[in-house]
Amino acid sequence: MKKAIITVIGKDTVGIIAKVCTYLAEKEINILDISQTIVQDYFNMMMIVDVSNFDAGFDTMVDELKAVGEEIGVVIKCQREDIFDMMHRI
Amino acid sequence: MINIYEVQETNEMIEKENLDVRTITLGISLLDCISSDLDEVKKNIYEKITTVAKDLVATGEYIEKEYGIPIVNKRISVTPIALVGGAACKSPEDFTEIAKVLDKAAKEVGVNFLGGYSALVSKGMTKADELLIRSIPEALKCTERVCSSVNLGSTKTGINMDAVRLMGEIVLKTAEATKENDSLGCAKLVVFCNAPDDNPFMAGAFHGVTEADAIINVGVSGPGVVKNALEKVRGESFEVLCETIKKTAFKVTRVGQLVAKEASQMLGVPFGIIDLSLAPTPAVGDSVADILTEIGVERPGAPGTTAALALLNDQVKKGGVMASSYVGGLSGAFIPVSEDQGMIDAVEAGALTLEKLEAMTCVCSVGLDMIAIPGDTKATTIAGVIADEMAIGMVNQKTTAVRIIPVIGKGVGETVEFGGLLGYAPIMPVNSFSSDNFVNRTGRIPAPIHSFKN
Repeated sequence: MKKAIITVIGKDTVGIIAKVCTYLAEKEINILDISQTIVQDYFNMMMIVDVSNFDAGFDTMVDELKAVGEEIGVVIKCQREDIFDMMHRI
Repeated sequence: MINIYEVQETNEMIEKENLDVRTITLGISLLDCISSDLDEVKKNIYEKITTVAKDLVATGEYIEKEYGIPIVNKRISVTPIALVGGAACKSPEDFTEIAKVLDKAAKEVGVNFLGGYSALVSKGMTKADELLIRSIPEALKCTERVCSSVNLGSTKTGINMDAVRLMGEIVLKTAEATKENDSLGCAKLVVFCNAPDDNPFMAGAFHGVTEADAIINVGVSGPGVVKNALEKVRGESFEVLCETIKKTAFKVTRVGQLVAKEASQMLGVPFGIIDLSLAPTPAVGDSVADILTEIGVERPGAPGTTAALALLNDQVKKGGVMASSYVGGLSGAFIPVSEDQGMIDAVEAGALTLEKLEAMTCVCSVGLDMIAIPGDTKATTIAGVIADEMAIGMVNQKTTAVRIIPVIGKGVGETVEFGGLLGYAPIMPVNSFSSDNFVNRTGRIPAPIHSFKN
């Protein structure tokens, strides 16, 4: 399984999760875990997703999610999970 | 599973604390390009570099996107050109021709620097070595991306003082040749003692003869991350201080290891080493000097600075070694002046002198780096400074280097602007007493004894 971490940071508003999930569903990307916090009105979400079924290239996904974020005024980042694993797990 | 706080920590390091991979350097052997015909050598070199490195930049950019981590530089190092061009080059001008080809190849593949316009003369100089060294001023004048280095000594061989004397003159000539650009040529020229074969950092990178045909070496960085972590343990004991540096260095290096592995796999080139270095940039917050200040000295240069740097350097290595399967290169804290805002401020405040910098080089990687001195400094004085630094490396069995820039037409109190990652520097005074009679002796300083250490 190839996993990626999606993070969404921005001013809290209606439909952020819906918008991101719609994109993921369209691309057949399965969500494995979601966690979120709101700090001083700022929406902070992290998703762990399975990108095994996404064949258009990881950079495409990064760009498309960034565009989704720009549409709703939040910053969406998508990174391979390995960078966090390497840093925080021995 | 990874949690949201760990993700936030990593992304804050990247976004707010300037965590980056400083360089992916592709080492390429040019030994199979050797010919006695100069045109043939030039053709071979161009073809080999543009073939092996054709995907380097694109691969680097893809990895940046995949992991969301900036990879600041993509670079190339090649076999020392004195060896590659030795059979074909009969004059310094012939070597300059090769420098132009290297520059053209670097531009073609899109790397910002290419290192290896080098000669290894720690014990003696061949005719080719000398011709290459004499070609350096012109070569650095007429190229943009080529970096040059010369190894002048080692713990095993001693110091080649004939080459040190010659390099004193060459540094000055390079400054003169590039005086329209504030003697920028000297920023691309470094001399070493105990030069490593696998250093990924410029200007001193070259692909040693002990290396494979091609190899990926990665330099990590992140002084801002260390500084930030130390802010949280202000006033704590040395034990806590050291543990914090070690843990941070571990995390930073793991990212380098990941990027190196990925680049190696994507390019089909074996992974060489990770260079565990804290390399500053002129960006605010990306400074080794700021770490020293955070450890507790008011400014770098204050009493205690050498001890603080020794501690920092050692903990970075201890943390980094476990994070990577192969460690090499220079590995330690860099203390360039022009590339570190905190160092620049310390010089301007009168806290940091050339002599203190020399003392600091005894306990950290590299040496006198990116230091601007008056343009009217004598060649023998520059050679004297080089000899001192080489002696530190030779006796302490470590790499030391000198990258010093005599800025033609400028004196103490003035500032020189190099631009980009090279930054700017106040011109520092140099001891004005003469070293002529010392430097003008011929021959070499013998290798030091390896026992009876004190």
